[in-house]
Amino acid sequence: MNPQEIWIALSTIVRKEVRRFTRIWVQTLIPPAITMALYFVIFGSLIGSRIGQMGGFDYMSYIVPGLIMMSVITNSYSNVVSSFFSAKFQHQIEELLVSPTPNWVILVGYLIGGMCRGLMVGMVVTALSLFFTKLHIAHLGITLAIILLTSLLFSLGGFINAIFARSFDDISIVPTFVLTPLTYLGGVFYSIQLLPEFWQNVSMANPILYMVNSFRYGILGVSDINVGFAFAMILVFVVALFMFALYLLKHSKGLRT
Amino acid sequence: MTQALTIRGLKKTYPNGFEALKGIDLSVEQGDFFGLLGPNGAGKSTTLNIITSLVRKSSGQVKVFEYDIDEDFSNAKKNLGVVPQEFNFNQFDKVFDVVATQAGFYGIPRNIVVERTEKYLKKLGLWDKRDTNSRMLSGGMKRRLMIARALVHEPKILILDEPTAGVDIELRRSMWEFLREINASGTTIILTTHYLEEAESLCRNLAIIDQGRIVQDSSTKDLLRQLNTETFIFDVEGNVPAAFKIAGFDTERLDEHSFEVRVNSGQHINEAFDRLSEQGIKVTSMRNKANRLEELFVSLVAKNNAEETP
Repeated sequence: MNPQEIWIALSTIVRKEVRRFTRIWVQTLIPPAITMALYFVIFGSLIGSRIGQMGGFDYMSYIVPGLIMMSVITNSYSNVVSSFFSAKFQHQIEELLVSPTPNWVILVGYLIGGMCRGLMVGMVVTALSLFFTKLHIAHLGITLAIILLTSLLFSLGGFINAIFARSFDDISIVPTFVLTPLTYLGGVFYSIQLLPEFWQNVSMANPILYMVNSFRYGILGVSDINVGFAFAMILVFVVALFMFALYLLKHSKGLRT
Repeated sequence: MTQALTIRGLKKTYPNGFEALKGIDLSVEQGDFFGLLGPNGAGKSTTLNIITSLVRKSSGQVKVFEYDIDEDFSNAKKNLGVVPQEFNFNQFDKVFDVVATQAGFYGIPRNIVVERTEKYLKKLGLWDKRDTNSRMLSGGMKRRLMIARALVHEPKILILDEPTAGVDIELRRSMWEFLREINASGTTIILTTHYLEEAESLCRNLAIIDQGRIVQDSSTKDLLRQLNTETFIFDVEGNVPAAFKIAGFDTERLDEHSFEVRVNSGQHINEAFDRLSEQGIKVTSMRNKANRLEELFVSLVAKNNAEETP
């Protein structure tokens, strides 16, 4: 395919993906908004007022970046894993596989679709947070870069999960048993400085901690970790998972026997 | 003559050890209407899926026109339109979107996509349904939608896997007409079918595949010439006598008003009529007991089975 044809194929996949999650917006965009609004009310306003300051900010301001990041992570992941697995399960993916669209375009198309949903939900949650607190962005570039990279990374995770999945149970295992615990323990609601030293060290092995804290650094200017190291780590993961996803697209027996 | 599809020594062994294709050779000329026949599990769909990249071959060569699928699958795929056996479009998409999205996957600009989607939806009688969710279509309409989708990038070869399975007779006949039209306009058509009447009616050339091997590959006319025996059923006025026979023919009384006659190659059916006239039996109608191709197909597959069984 020439560059123009590749561009058309890519934009077709992206349009198809965006059409999918906007068509079912009641299932995709509203639930995270309701969940996050409840977090803001319960943890931010009701309980947060008794907690006092954390990291030099009132508790509501402290948890907002983590909650935005949490919604971006879960929605980027779940969009790609459910869309690609459904396409595989119902054989719609054959429409793409029999076409001349290169594998990397298929991958990038699904990733952009996942990022669109993740970022759209992130924007909705950010808008909701403005009803509860004022947001002053300390480092705009870092904020945007980290949110884009994190969304990309978890879209990649969702894609790989979908390729390996054999049933609908398989696409809920990672979000339930891996993503949710790592996100809750990734410093969304607290600073790891509150933990005993042993658990601080254990927390440092949680990659989501780096993303949440880098994003918090972008918005509030405070972080428990080294932001430069966080960027480097996310980039390495993105490159490694991208190559792995491409390899799976070419060789996976789940797609081509 | 240009070869639209060339297959040489194609083998496929699945991970469970099942040898689906044992080294098949096939050639389909440009403009041909080619049928690939075979019993269930013979290797038809595996062959088509290798051509369209849904199954990886174990060894052998496949060329679509001058493009070897190992070297330039992208250009090979541009020349192929695929109508699979199962519905594989997003049933929540509108009819128009199903076709237009597929065109986008082939890199066709939006203005041409809109034009062609309208053209093929109209040709397949689905234009009125363009804004309908595709899951609301009847089975026959869904099948036509898959044909429109396969044609939207105007491929030189159209591959159809059991295109009329589960379709009523009227619709089947109208699809035959449409496929003949598409073929007459220059598109090479390759189809698999279980309806041997369909293959006999549509295909100029046929290959019969069984247990992963091509057991017959020739023109439909040549294939039918190999038929040694044809069986006809006669309906007659009045009663057929209990010990009824036609001298020189293998005859079997079916009931009091009908009997069947097997006519071997070299025999002439008017001899049978002469004998019947001599006996004062008046024939009201006559028909083939089975489709001619079906008789040949059954005998070829049975022969291959006998050879395969040690």
